[in-house]
Amino acid sequence: MQPLTNKIKQVDRKPMTFMEKLYLPAIFKGMTITFSHIFKKKPTINYPEKQRPFSPVFRGLQILNRDEEGRENCTACGLCAVACPAEAITMEAAERQQGEEHLYKEEKYAAKYEINMLRCIFCGLCEEACPKDAIYLSETFTPADYQRKQFIYSKDDLLIPHPKENPDAYQKALGNRPQKVSEN
Amino acid sequence: MLHCGLCVKECLEYLRMEEEIKTIKVTIDNITIDVAPGTTILNAARQIGGDVTPPAMCYYSKLDGSGGKCRTCLVEVAAGSAADPRPMPKLVASCRTGVMDGMVVKNITSEKVTDARNGVVEFLLLNHPLDCPICDQAGECHLQDLGYEHGKEGTRYQFARRTFKKEDIGPYIQLHMTRCILCYRCTYVADQITQKRVHGVIDRGDHAAISTYISKAIDNDFSGNMIDVCPVGALTDKTFRFKNRVWFTKPVDAHRNCTTPGCCGKATLWLRGEEVFRVTARKDQWGEVQSFDGKPGWICNTCRFETKKTESWTVEGITTISRHSVIGLNKYKTLEMPKETVKAVMKGTDPKLLMDIHSVSGVNKPDTHLSELDRAAKSDDFKNN
Repeated sequence: MQPLTNKIKQVDRKPMTFMEKLYLPAIFKGMTITFSHIFKKKPTINYPEKQRPFSPVFRGLQILNRDEEGRENCTACGLCAVACPAEAITMEAAERQQGEEHLYKEEKYAAKYEINMLRCIFCGLCEEACPKDAIYLSETFTPADYQRKQFIYSKDDLLIPHPKENPDAYQKALGNRPQKVSEN
Repeated sequence: MLHCGLCVKECLEYLRMEEEIKTIKVTIDNITIDVAPGTTILNAARQIGGDVTPPAMCYYSKLDGSGGKCRTCLVEVAAGSAADPRPMPKLVASCRTGVMDGMVVKNITSEKVTDARNGVVEFLLLNHPLDCPICDQAGECHLQDLGYEHGKEGTRYQFARRTFKKEDIGPYIQLHMTRCILCYRCTYVADQITQKRVHGVIDRGDHAAISTYISKAIDNDFSGNMIDVCPVGALTDKTFRFKNRVWFTKPVDAHRNCTTPGCCGKATLWLRGEEVFRVTARKDQWGEVQSFDGKPGWICNTCRFETKKTESWTVEGITTISRHSVIGLNKYKTLEMPKETVKAVMKGTDPKLLMDIHSVSGVNKPDTHLSELDRAAKSDDFKNN
């Protein structure tokens, strides 16, 4: 048969030499390589005591953003849900009432917002689609759990801590990445 | 027509002449078409269809006297007619200009037109708030489509957009004056379809606003059609307000025996699961209300706002949605649900359900019926789940 590439290597079928038949030199050669690694720098780290720095484009657990006054940015426009290739995001919208202006930024808000983390593939398309700066993928892993039902993340799980009531937690949630400068 | 014998004779002669000059030739973007005399350039282009058709924000073929206001349908007339082939000095509004025999029109082939249209869109968007994420019209908004095609990425306008005091115009229709582009379509609807018009455009220039004077509720039986003709989200359905995004609802064609005189009873239902979230008139390819037997298919308020039960309607089938529209996304193209296969293959054993999503999720609860609310949902409506 005509070979498709020139990368074909004929297998060497010569009988073994005396040194090869002894086996021991090859074993010692292998063991030296193995033992030499003991003195090399370890590439593994002891997670979670030690953690690697995140890459600036790391996509982790979603957070729902608030503005400086602590109002929720999300208006339940549904663009994240329609962009989501895994169909992980669902929401239900409600109208802001009198006296709720300090809670929600716009006239309409997400009364319910859910991300099914069993479905989420962390592609970041929701963040890309969001016109209101409301959803971000943070530098956190989704914690493991024993039960499936723990992976349906509701608004309570996703919302960033209140910047005024809980400033330390808010700063921590913002992470170390450079913040995107808002245009408005 | 007068009724003396002579006039009738003349009339007949005139009609015979009419028949002789049956059609006239017009060339739009190098496509020649024969149209009836008296057709406007826009309607001639619509007969050709496709990209050649100029967009129209204010013209509505089912409403007499509409058009000529928004200027988005501007076209270049390169040759006035066969008899007088001089070009028209300025771009003309195609919805208001009749065709002449041998007329040569340039729409998308003319750089002047594209340029002017971009400018018009920029003007329309000067005062239009960019609240599409909140607006219920998003996804089926003509200004959104127009802006997507012709708009600039940013705005050059540095002043605050105009604002209005909120006005309540009744239990069915929500008015967002900030979004209005003053196309006057809704006033024509009130004039021509309902017997009594109680709203209109009040004040002039920058202050011009759709309003009822003095604060009246629009409660005519056909007032809901104003929502359908509105090219933007200035008039939206209160009973659908914030319930869901248009593209998450599934449009199906349905009809019912409506007893209201003048109501065609043929509508599009926008379903979420089995629930009817919204009822609108059926739209044709130009975004206008479809005609049935030569008559525009307007629907009455009973059909639109008060018949939100699937049982009241006879579903005909899925509404055809343009494949460029976001509304057609992620939907089965059939009404039949896909069959459960596991049970059939496993000899009657149900698949082992590892998690019932409704037992965990607070969204789309099977026992919460948003369609039964005649207003937008409030925080209290979700308290229980």
